[in-house]
Amino acid sequence: MDWEALLLSIKLSSVTVLILIPLAILAGRFLAYRHFPGKSWVEALVMVPLVLPPTVIGYYLLVGLGSESWLGRMLEQLLGHQLVFHFSGLVVASILVNIPFAIQPIQRAFEAVPEDVRDAAACCGMSRLKVLFKIELPMVWPGVLTAMVLCFSHVLGEFGVVLMMGGNIAGETKTIAISIYDSVQAFDFASAGNMSLVLLLFAITVLALTTSLSRRVGGQYVAKRR
Amino acid sequence: MKFRVMVLALLLPFLAISNGASAAQDVPAIAAASSIKFALDDIAKQFTQETGRKVRISYGSSGNFVAQIRHGAPFELFLSADERYIKQLTMAKQTLDDGVVYAVGQLAIAAPKSSPLTLDPDLEGLKQLMAANQLKRFAIANPDHAPYGERAEEVLKKLGLWQPIQPYLVFGENVSQAAQFAVSGATQGGIVALSLAVAKPFEARANYVVIPQKYYTPLDQRMVLTLKAGETAKLFYTYLQSEQAQGVFANYGFSRAMN
Repeated sequence: MDWEALLLSIKLSSVTVLILIPLAILAGRFLAYRHFPGKSWVEALVMVPLVLPPTVIGYYLLVGLGSESWLGRMLEQLLGHQLVFHFSGLVVASILVNIPFAIQPIQRAFEAVPEDVRDAAACCGMSRLKVLFKIELPMVWPGVLTAMVLCFSHVLGEFGVVLMMGGNIAGETKTIAISIYDSVQAFDFASAGNMSLVLLLFAITVLALTTSLSRRVGGQYVAKRR
Repeated sequence: MKFRVMVLALLLPFLAISNGASAAQDVPAIAAASSIKFALDDIAKQFTQETGRKVRISYGSSGNFVAQIRHGAPFELFLSADERYIKQLTMAKQTLDDGVVYAVGQLAIAAPKSSPLTLDPDLEGLKQLMAANQLKRFAIANPDHAPYGERAEEVLKKLGLWQPIQPYLVFGENVSQAAQFAVSGATQGGIVALSLAVAKPFEARANYVVIPQKYYTPLDQRMVLTLKAGETAKLFYTYLQSEQAQGVFANYGFSRAMN
């Protein structure tokens, strides 16, 4: 059991969710309420990571952010270290890969908010920010929760991107998925089996918890509305 | 109110974790060909016992490591399975010098204990199995970027088996994966690094026979310090050339390096 790798994966998942979800709430709300020319192109762009193989994203990040690219060199000067083969690079990659998993459920949730509720809030003279926090967020919460869980679990399982641009460095970029891959190659099936079991149990628990949580939150909203 | 409590409850574990596990600064990252995994793990353990210094070793295919180092991977020492890859880095001015050969690798043909493949140094058994239409899958490392795969291709070509075996080949991403295919029963056998075949977890599952050196160009495994090398990496580099470390390599079926 590679605890260091598991901890690193959990850290990566948490950081990704913390950065990505607030951005996804803004983007999801925007996409739900605004209509503008080329909207379907923007929505398509958001969905691209879903259909792109992770190795493709890994390749672009490796080449685009590596020390042979101008962007990579500029970022290196700015940050004092490289993005590729570094934890921060994995964060960038995880955010990119998870954009559809974060935005989609949140956008759908915003779309489901009845227009009369928003109108009523606006009529009462509430500021936009207040409407967002007092009215909309409590209503779209199940969508946000789904997005959080999807992203968290998805980062935990991310393999291709991390393998391509992470470099498999212990304590820095060696995530649990890579560690499982490594153990299998070292014929350490006991360790690989243990880690896989931990991930499996974690996935089931998290999914069960979210389902029940979002059901309760959803119920609470319906009760209040009445 | 409930809403806020829930947000807090969800955030707490994230906050608790985010300042945990950060890697210590003086532990160099080392890239090593997966063929030396078992030997190098042993040597690294001895090194840590003797000096109190630690190293972080990543195992993979040599070709991939060259690509990663060229794109700025922070490896301080690179142990390649073939010196050709070191030369690519040297020419790109990413290394301190030309490095040294630390071991000479050997090939073995291996098969799971239950396999119908009979093992012999000249691969007659493999030929017969193919002639009898009984071969289903045969594993080698990817010849495009794994030196042991390249040498396996060379052996198969020299014995006239390369064309007929094409439909049955499965490629490991590196020789370790090829070995794992070869022993797990997923294939009837494979050509792997001798150093993996002699390792304990492998021996329990599979048989092997050494492939004679006359069938392939020597696998001079060279290592080199990169421009990022610090003190511990340099000490480890010297340690790898010591009598003790060389003894461990020999135990894992490597021939002695002649520099």
